[in-house]
Amino acid sequence: MTNSIQELQDAKVIFVIGSNMTEAHPVVSYYVKRAAKKGATVIVNDPRCTDLVRWATMHVQHQVGTDIAYVNGLINEIFKNGWADEEYLKNNTENAEEIRKHAEGYPVEKASEICGVPVEQMKEVARILGTAESASVCYTLGITEHICGTDNVKTLANLQMVLGNIGKYAAGLNPLRGQNNVQGACDMGCLPNVFHNYQPVTDAKVIAKMEQSWGVTGLSDKPGYKMPTMLHKALSGGTKILYCIGDNTVQTEPHMAHTIKELEALELFIAVDIFPTITTKYAHVILPDTAWGEDDGTFTNTERRVQRVRKALTPPGEARPTWWMLQELGKRLGVDLKLTSADAVWEDMRSTSTGFAGITHPRIEKLGLQWPCPTLEHPGTRFLHKDGKFTRGKGLFSKTDHIPPAEVPDAEYPLVLSTGRRLWHYHSGTQTRNSVGLEGIFPEELIELNPHDAVKLGIKSGDMVKASSRRGDVTLRAWVSERAGRGMCWMAFHFAEACANVLTNDAFDPVTETAEYKACAIKVVKVADGSMPRATAFPRQARP
Amino acid sequence: MQVTIDGRTASVTPETTVLEAARSVGIKIPSLCYHPKTGKAGRCRACVVEIDGMRGLQVSCATAVRDGMSIHTRTETVLAARKMVVELLLADGAHNCLACEKNGGCELQDMAYDLGIEAPAFIIEDRAAENDASSEMIVIDRRKCIECGRCVSACQNVVVNEVLSMAHRGAQTQIVCDADRPMADSTCVQCGECSQLCPVGAILPKKSIGQGRPWALEMVDTTCPYCGVGCQVTLHVDKAANKIVKVTGREVEPNDGMLCVKGRYGYEFPSSPNRLTQPLMLKNGEHVPVTWDEALDFVADRIKTIVAASGPDVFSAFGSGRITNENNYAIAKFARAVVKTNNVDHCART
Repeated sequence: MTNSIQELQDAKVIFVIGSNMTEAHPVVSYYVKRAAKKGATVIVNDPRCTDLVRWATMHVQHQVGTDIAYVNGLINEIFKNGWADEEYLKNNTENAEEIRKHAEGYPVEKASEICGVPVEQMKEVARILGTAESASVCYTLGITEHICGTDNVKTLANLQMVLGNIGKYAAGLNPLRGQNNVQGACDMGCLPNVFHNYQPVTDAKVIAKMEQSWGVTGLSDKPGYKMPTMLHKALSGGTKILYCIGDNTVQTEPHMAHTIKELEALELFIAVDIFPTITTKYAHVILPDTAWGEDDGTFTNTERRVQRVRKALTPPGEARPTWWMLQELGKRLGVDLKLTSADAVWEDMRSTSTGFAGITHPRIEKLGLQWPCPTLEHPGTRFLHKDGKFTRGKGLFSKTDHIPPAEVPDAEYPLVLSTGRRLWHYHSGTQTRNSVGLEGIFPEELIELNPHDAVKLGIKSGDMVKASSRRGDVTLRAWVSERAGRGMCWMAFHFAEACANVLTNDAFDPVTETAEYKACAIKVVKVADGSMPRATAFPRQARP
Repeated sequence: MQVTIDGRTASVTPETTVLEAARSVGIKIPSLCYHPKTGKAGRCRACVVEIDGMRGLQVSCATAVRDGMSIHTRTETVLAARKMVVELLLADGAHNCLACEKNGGCELQDMAYDLGIEAPAFIIEDRAAENDASSEMIVIDRRKCIECGRCVSACQNVVVNEVLSMAHRGAQTQIVCDADRPMADSTCVQCGECSQLCPVGAILPKKSIGQGRPWALEMVDTTCPYCGVGCQVTLHVDKAANKIVKVTGREVEPNDGMLCVKGRYGYEFPSSPNRLTQPLMLKNGEHVPVTWDEALDFVADRIKTIVAASGPDVFSAFGSGRITNENNYAIAKFARAVVKTNNVDHCART
């Protein structure tokens, strides 16, 4: 996030796109709802009628995979009416004329045809954004999990730069990160192209610095493979060993049947986890990790805040921390990695980074600190690009064009399936399904169908249905509700026994290799009559 | 501006309440309905004070300071009024500290202690109030409800889930979900903010009941393991049983005490009997337990052999968005410094 979570409660306009925050980031939604209650205009842009719509000023139901056309249409309208922040464009951006011209290709009428949002509604959204003092944009995986995910993000960045909304309090471009420490995993260099602190592996100076710090020679200056490529290469023998920590790959990667083939092709598959999963099944070696609450360390949240996690429990049996396992393996392979405690690991990392140089475990004993935090006296950074001063100097617009999803509905597979998370469960369910009571609330996966489609298919809530794509099929109960837009279905991936990723498409964004979890084509047929496990006539939040 | 409270001087801004001014100089005025997060309520009247020049007792949580104000928080009149409030509340409910889950963390109990009340001076027929234990995570024990309204304000204005409200009138007043539905069938999302802010034992975390008195549990501050918000939580740990029995939110950034159903109630998984507890190796098509030495020797040996034959780039590693920064750094360092490949990535793409 360029800004901080709590700033949202003071925002005047909040533009939420591709984010089901009441379920995936509930605490963020509390602040957004508070803002709404104080009179902020909240615009929810989503093909689904998410629970946040109840608090929204407006719900824009664009078609799955049309974000670029929709937002470019808004940018066009903003320029046309003179609502662009011309001074900001002049002082803080590099190529405003290019984007002004590019947006001309997306008059609202044309954009509306692509995205399915009525012209009048698009004009109204553009007016609200264009005439607001400032606006905050929040997005999640609804934006990134498309083959054009990178362009989707760039388009939102364009919108916020045109409006002069980056570098201001309670505004900015705010991706809500889905997991407790995906931000941290990136920051720590768990990426094929950069060391920790985003230092490029291709930079000879960085390589020299790291060789000196780590006391090794021969570090590779060739960027590595991204996760999907690593997996794809298993089939051609390009990947022979996979050391997999805390990742239920089979359940969470798209196109499950294919993922299994990839894992089966490995010569050595080491799975480090806290539970046996449908992924560890394929491992040659399974190593028991410590769980949350059993080791010290830090997580970094979506607003770049590095916060402590602490040991409160004794790990069961022989479970050991990951850093201990890697230290032991390093020793056996002739390298002392100096991974002797969580604190020692942090200090090792800190000694060669600038952005985290001011953050130490003792300093964040009580409260976390937001990076960049370059010195031990630095208070941390609440929001990035203050006063429109970008890291690269001036903001650069990227021209983006509408790209339809890799797989669109046809006669055989007439419905669009979009996927995501539910409030009551988390990811592959290893944590929430091994805790007490959450399964009582939401015991099995349901496929959400719009009433218009369900009637045509002769399906009612509670019926058992078979959902099939070109990659597989799943049998589960239907939940007929207005939550899914017309022509679309929705499922989560929490339940191994009825997992959306059996169906999802593994086509991916060429830059990030993020798969298109949000759009694939499916058909749904009724298998048997049935009823909801705990059906009531009363509409409830996040469950039937 | 300046005010004097029990002889102490406080420098305050005009929008400060008398109660906040007192607390700012370390003078504790009890309040059952007011909470910094839910704001003024003026319902319980436990926070009354005397102010020079003003007639009668003033509700300190809802009275704004004025320059030069002289405030008295523990005069005989104040204490008598406060005692009456507490005695009436004690009489009007089943406040049995022996069995109550809130014992040791109850604000009404603390007030009774502070005022030296041993037994209620009045007897009021117990209302036939119904408990609501229908939901998975939260119990509403209406016999203990003091109608302070904190939970309603928390639900309506703090987390804005807009489920709880006060229904009926007079002695029949009670907390209800939606249009008086059982909590399990209501729109409640089980975030538990109501139970965190309830000053007494009327709204309780169901799974924690009977799991340990506050003084017997160890409190450990940490970060929630679920989404990327990074909510700050306190774990309440039964050390002897080696398990977490309750989670509460810390009132700091980013979450200000608020949590969701997973963060507040999804805490048993570390203690699950399904955990992996020893290294396993595939032998004759089956995963069998081995020692750490055997597992690590095998892995190191295989990595050495395969990499020697096919080069470092046949090795790939997944870090994880679930594990700590330290562990992610450790795997990145291992891949780069030991295997000499940059093939390290994690699930941020997916």
